[in-house]
Amino acid sequence: EDEDDVDGLEAWERAYADERSWESLQEDESGLLRSIDNKALYHAQYRRRLRAASRIQKGLIRYLCIVIDLSRAASETDFRPSRMAVVAKNVEAFIREFFDQNPLSQIGLVTIKDGVANCLTDLGGSPESHIKALMGKLECSGDSSLQNALDLVCGYLEQIPSYGHREVLILNSALSTCDPGDIMETIQKCKKSKVRCSVIGLSAEIFICKHICQETGGLYSVAVDESHFKELILEHAPPPPAIAEFAIANLIKMGFPQRAAENVISICLCHKEARGGGYTCPRCKARVCELPTECRICGLTLVSSPHLARSYHHLFPIAPFDEVTPVLSSSQHKLPKSCFGCQQSLLNPGNRPSLSVECPRCKQFFCIDCDIYIHESLHNCPGCESFR
Amino acid sequence: MASAPSKLYADDVSLLVVLLDANPFFWSASSLPFSKFISHVISFLNSVLLLNQLNQIVVIATGHNCCDYVYDSSSPASRSAGTGKLSALSVDLLEKLEEFVCRDEKLLKKEPEGSIASSLLSGSLSMALCYIQRVFRSGPRHPHPRILCLHGSQDGPEQYVAIMNAIFSAQRSMVPIDSCFIGAQNSAFLQQASYITGGVYLKPQLLEGTFQYLSFLALICILVDSCNCLSPLVLIFAHRAFVTKKLLTWATSVLYACLYSASTTRNVQPVDLFLVSPTQRLPQNLTRKERREIHKPHSLYVCGFFNEVPVC
Repeated sequence: EDEDDVDGLEAWERAYADERSWESLQEDESGLLRSIDNKALYHAQYRRRLRAASRIQKGLIRYLCIVIDLSRAASETDFRPSRMAVVAKNVEAFIREFFDQNPLSQIGLVTIKDGVANCLTDLGGSPESHIKALMGKLECSGDSSLQNALDLVCGYLEQIPSYGHREVLILNSALSTCDPGDIMETIQKCKKSKVRCSVIGLSAEIFICKHICQETGGLYSVAVDESHFKELILEHAPPPPAIAEFAIANLIKMGFPQRAAENVISICLCHKEARGGGYTCPRCKARVCELPTECRICGLTLVSSPHLARSYHHLFPIAPFDEVTPVLSSSQHKLPKSCFGCQQSLLNPGNRPSLSVECPRCKQFFCIDCDIYIHESLHNCPGCESFR
Repeated sequence: MASAPSKLYADDVSLLVVLLDANPFFWSASSLPFSKFISHVISFLNSVLLLNQLNQIVVIATGHNCCDYVYDSSSPASRSAGTGKLSALSVDLLEKLEEFVCRDEKLLKKEPEGSIASSLLSGSLSMALCYIQRVFRSGPRHPHPRILCLHGSQDGPEQYVAIMNAIFSAQRSMVPIDSCFIGAQNSAFLQQASYITGGVYLKPQLLEGTFQYLSFLALICILVDSCNCLSPLVLIFAHRAFVTKKLLTWATSVLYACLYSASTTRNVQPVDLFLVSPTQRLPQNLTRKERREIHKPHSLYVCGFFNEVPVC
């Protein structure tokens, strides 16, 4: 940036122009500063999110194409250091989170540059190869073209078997799109192929993006800053609800290969070189190096049982805990003094009870930090597991 | 929740969460009496506390019908009791353990049908992980956490989903789960846990030497870290080291000195145990060239056998 003095502000002042954190402080009745209770705010936000999640059918085997806009608009610096850099960093975090929550799914990367959509990586299940390919090619130029991207993605996703859920996530920085034909036709094609398109915009709300998402049943959101963008993109990591008429239940054949010993040498399919170790396909006895993958000889999906186990918490979620309002409980001796999970004291200094939650099944009490950890990461209630 | 790579560890300080199996159905049929086992465990825990005054130990008892905390070295009650910190550990732990066993017995509703009498491992694992999360929230620098399962009961198949959830959560928070399994058959759950989280799974051949096994387990973790490598290592100890009392003292003092200073272990698959003579120490034996040539990740083999284990 060449301009040093825009609107009479120095460069260092512009960093604080939008965020005046001192203005969000509050004073109580006597004029003393009240500390900002981030914990309670975070917990309230978490409870709202939890209420929305209910037991609905979800698509666990997902084939997701991420479309990254590398047009001229991606070099804008309203997201620091540039929109492109922020997108790349968050896509890396998203890919890791995605494979953690959906181990049986696959991701493919597509970029839009100079009005043309290019496939960066094929649909695959290895996070490292995607991240390496993405970080190697970060330059932006030219126009954006939504229709070309959607055409390319539909072409790829058409080959997916019917039990897989087809999804596209477009990370759009541009305010315009340069299309060779009628984008409405492309949108209808996507709808017919059951492709669910979601868009996250970085600049402003655009009608055509909203229309795409409405027609295909996806989510449209616009990020206001870096942390909001991170939140929005990570929202797409857990499996989305499945559309009833599309999600037909059918049996899927999968293989559970045995691990070969280190000294048994065979030629592996992925690197085409002779090595020991690896896994042997139970149907055609071909050697693969890592799981989950698809056997290239016979097409069988090869997984190991921990991969399936990673998805169990989507199928058997634990019930949300009930909030315990400290004011209502008149008989305070009923409340235990410490959290069942982490033994942290549930009493504020001065013996007044602090926020706690109760499991409806085992009736044990937990602090709100344990509540967040249990529902977001652990997916087990320690109380229910500790009693027969 | 902080993402895993941003954690800051204080050097050399560890937090050890021990999950102690107190299942009466297992112990009544075990060849090693529970009292002897507890004496091994108490000596081991004292040695951990000796190494660094900031080390913390938390013990959670896994019963047949319930699980509960029985000891926390950082709680104020344990410091003031007794004449000194060392005696306080055994007194506190034994008191609470007795209370726990009585409570566990009272909760028994009916005899377990069939031969499988499993204990509630998923419950104590979940409690251990909640405690570790609390430690992570406590400040910018916190001790290295590790979970050690001293377990003997058979795997309960109804706990599969819960245990796998706990293992994946431990993997995300980068907490290794080590296990010393004293039952008859190998435990598939604990083997999975150690493989996925990067911990160590040990099944001692001779139960009377449990204390030595536990100390060796710690030694494996230390050697991996101090050599700073992911190469195959063969630890060789002379079996005579354990016949005479003098060499035994040397061996155990070395183990005391290197217990748990850092935990960056990767997949360690102990197969057996060799014993080496005191003068031979592996890292200096390998030349630089040899060290560079060994490049296999994921393979640290501790090979060997135990011949005679004396009474210490």
